[in-house]
Amino acid sequence: MEANFVSQLTIFVLAIFVGYYVVWSVTPALHTPLMAVTNAISSVIIVGALIAVGPADMSLSKVLGFIAMTLAAVNIFGGFTVTQRMLAMYKKKH
Amino acid sequence: MIELHPNVVSLAYLIAAVLFIMALRGLSSPESSRTGNYCGMLGMLIAVTTTALGPEVESYGWIFIALGIGAVIGIAIARNIAMTAMPQLVAGFHSLVGMAAVLVAGAAFANPGAFGLVAPGGEIYVASRVEMALGAAIGAITFSGSVIAFTKLQGLVSGAPVSFKGQHPLNALIGLAIVGLIVYFCFDQQPAVFWTMTALAFVIGVLIIIPIGGADMPVVVSMLNSYSGWAAAGIGFTLGNDALIITGALVGSSGAILSYIMCKGMNRSFFNVILGGFGGDSSAATATGADDRPVKQGSAEDAAFIMKNAGSVIIVPGYGMAVAQAQHALRELTDELKDEGVKVSFAIHPVAGRMPGHMNVLLAEANVPYDEVFELEDINNEFQTTDVVLVIGANDVTNPSAKTDPTSPIYGMPILDVEKARTVLFIKRGMASGYAGVQNELFYRDNTMMLFGDAKKMVESIIRNL
Repeated sequence: MEANFVSQLTIFVLAIFVGYYVVWSVTPALHTPLMAVTNAISSVIIVGALIAVGPADMSLSKVLGFIAMTLAAVNIFGGFTVTQRMLAMYKKKH
Repeated sequence: MIELHPNVVSLAYLIAAVLFIMALRGLSSPESSRTGNYCGMLGMLIAVTTTALGPEVESYGWIFIALGIGAVIGIAIARNIAMTAMPQLVAGFHSLVGMAAVLVAGAAFANPGAFGLVAPGGEIYVASRVEMALGAAIGAITFSGSVIAFTKLQGLVSGAPVSFKGQHPLNALIGLAIVGLIVYFCFDQQPAVFWTMTALAFVIGVLIIIPIGGADMPVVVSMLNSYSGWAAAGIGFTLGNDALIITGALVGSSGAILSYIMCKGMNRSFFNVILGGFGGDSSAATATGADDRPVKQGSAEDAAFIMKNAGSVIIVPGYGMAVAQAQHALRELTDELKDEGVKVSFAIHPVAGRMPGHMNVLLAEANVPYDEVFELEDINNEFQTTDVVLVIGANDVTNPSAKTDPTSPIYGMPILDVEKARTVLFIKRGMASGYAGVQNELFYRDNTMMLFGDAKKMVESIIRNL
């Protein structure tokens, strides 16, 4: 567990650096789509909900997982769709 | 059922994480952004499928129901939302991520066995307790903070800052109580400790957002974006899921950078914004608002004449344009002017609107080509060689006293140098001061002509007079 934590922390810190450089390269014109898409991808938290809702037997955990899964699903479908809708609007001069 | 090797599972999560990075990377230009969004969707599909095929998932009935409900609601909202309502939509979506984080942490706490978090002694690993408590706390703050931001942006409550005596000490006390309970939770894993801590986090989420004024919302929305990422990362640690940790870190740093850019756009420190109380119904607005110097007032006809005979026009839109829904009329105006041989471009201040990039989306929606829309640092040198600037729904971001008057509340804020243009046309409903409560020096300049009226109606009437 402890060794595992250190390697997870390593991944976490490196990912912050990746995020830092990638996000600075995002053009300011696309900052609103950036927020919408980060919203959608942070809903990958749905994998936690899947584990909670997964067991066959009924439990509090399963109910909480079900609600979490529904909320995250709204976000995933909604977030990617609205991002797509926005990005389709950005056109060049013709 | 297919049995996935643990290495295959890890690799799948890695691929998902890389696809998420590519989704953000794609946003470096509008051309690559659409492909980027597909990468994001693919990454999500891979992550969800991989988890669903894992041994923890035994029954699929509820999963499909949840996905179905989410898909119907999510897609319906995303298809029908007005682009002007994007800030509140994003705030609303943030609240869902926050709540999902709280619920997942709660589920993991209620059934640690399913998540593989039970230590040999029968208790939950101490490290896991810290991680789930942090995930729940940050998630709860994200949820209630985003709900408050949503109600302010949607106009359900006043955007004015709410402050009361002893607010900051109270916040500090609750913050300390949360930290104390998390520490205590490491020694005693009672449900009461976990849920009290979570409840306090919901309360602090409300308290830290209510003192922040409506026009500081770009910072708030960015900050909550960041929180939702940290909450996801916290849950990622609990689950030992690398894809979730990476994604949380990406989103967390993205929101933090956007908050920084917004604060810099207002020349205010992050803490100054968070401590709140700026703007709104401040008495300073009326105090400095009393000014009876004469302004030059013009009509739509005058404006049409001046613009038609100009060689170049720069349009500076602000939140007022969004409120008046004037973006489509504005686009029509630019088409007419281009037909007259006038060069037209748009200048966007970093904090124009209620969220980062808000104006750009509205102009894109109105079919303004994105290569005619420029950021402050790219266009600020061009004002001095421009014939006409049309300011529509913006105010403080054009105020020259930000450069010259050290006593001004907005002193030091980067502003668009519109006063350097030969003529400035300023569409405004009345002489009221801007959000910062400062009178705009620009109104009294010789080269400024005020056009009083509703932004949309004024633009339409200019078009008729061209």
